Amino acid sequence: MTDRLRDDRPIFQQIAEFIETSIVSGDLEKEEQIPSTNEFAKHYQINPATAAKGINLLVDQGIIYKKRGVGMFVTGSAKTIILQKRKDRFYDQYVKPLLQEAQRIELTETQLTNWIKEGLKNED
Amino acid sequence: MKIETKQLRKTFGKESALEDLSITFSGEKIIGLLGKNGAGKTTFMRILSGHFQQTSGTIAVNEQSPFNHSDVSKNICFIQESNNFYGKFRIDEVLQIAEVFYPNWDKDQAEHLLKVFKLKRKQKVKALSKGMLSALGIIVGLASNAPITIFDEPYIGLDASNRSLFYDLLLQSYQDNPRMFILSTHLIDEISKLFEEVAILHEGKLLLHETTAELAENHLLVSGETSVVDQAIKNKNVIHQTSMLGKKKAVLFGEQLATTDGLEVSKIGLQDLVIYLTKEEVDSL
Repeated sequence: MTDRLRDDRPIFQQIAEFIETSIVSGDLEKEEQIPSTNEFAKHYQINPATAAKGINLLVDQGIIYKKRGVGMFVTGSAKTIILQKRKDRFYDQYVKPLLQEAQRIELTETQLTNWIKEGLKNED
Repeated sequence: MKIETKQLRKTFGKESALEDLSITFSGEKIIGLLGKNGAGKTTFMRILSGHFQQTSGTIAVNEQSPFNHSDVSKNICFIQESNNFYGKFRIDEVLQIAEVFYPNWDKDQAEHLLKVFKLKRKQKVKALSKGMLSALGIIVGLASNAPITIFDEPYIGLDASNRSLFYDLLLQSYQDNPRMFILSTHLIDEISKLFEEVAILHEGKLLLHETTAELAENHLLVSGETSVVDQAIKNKNVIHQTSMLGKKKAVLFGEQLATTDGLEVSKIGLQDLVIYLTKEEVDSL
């Protein structure tokens, strides 16, 4: 956990996104316990209520569930839900700014698509 | 614990320090008390701690007036910016007195914190550096376990790493022993993420009192092409704006805004928000 909190978005959202990214990357598996609000508070020097708000956001979305008296755990369908959510906003969040910058620097369509194809190949 | 003030006023001679302050704090929360110099923060905290009486209006801590009530004052630990301790006492004497005064005093915690801040028991208060005095104040505040623990700029002379240590210890103390903390500070960026609620005083009055989550909801930073931004912020409550090279940024307070193409909407930090809400306009010459 080396990421830093930023001022341009609410902290609780950043906490929720950090947990989501840990689930997608496999650092948190399904049915695994997530750190407690106190652990999040300590790590990020934030109010425990803020950490709790971030976690509750994920509870509402079916990504995290509470075991009474034990703690918070990753649900079985967590990864599917997060992937769907992130796919839904992929165009707005990544493709749009990419195209805007491409236009700004007068990049040709051929150059842009070539890079994407090349990049995809290298990832394999 | 519950603190409630109604139309609280305090004047010193002809100078008015608090004017009509009505505010309620309740629950086990870390609360930020913010505002410019002279906004009335310290006066409010001193009345709350029973140092002196208000000129008019009421203040109650759990339904009791804090002035001349030891039942109330033993529940409140107020650490000021300076002059907290009598110069001729040694550190261990300061701690002994605190132990007698505060019913929930945690002796082990105090011992532990002395080591953390590398203070020696036999040192006299008047021989301590500013940073050491601040550390002693922090130790007393945290170990007091007082249901209402108040810190008024408690870090004079403390370096950045010791301030960060203070924030860690404060959080730990809050988690181990949930209670009401009221913190007054000008180093807002360093500590804002620890606040659950924020109250901003301005010219002796309450400007706003909201949870930090509400504050984040209630403001917007919009940026984009000047013409697009100008159109979007027309007739809105703009608390700050600046433009350059055809681009404009504006901060709105208490407004909703539909996202439109070419308009980027995000948030600013608490420190900037407080500055924009309380800054006087500079008269142009």
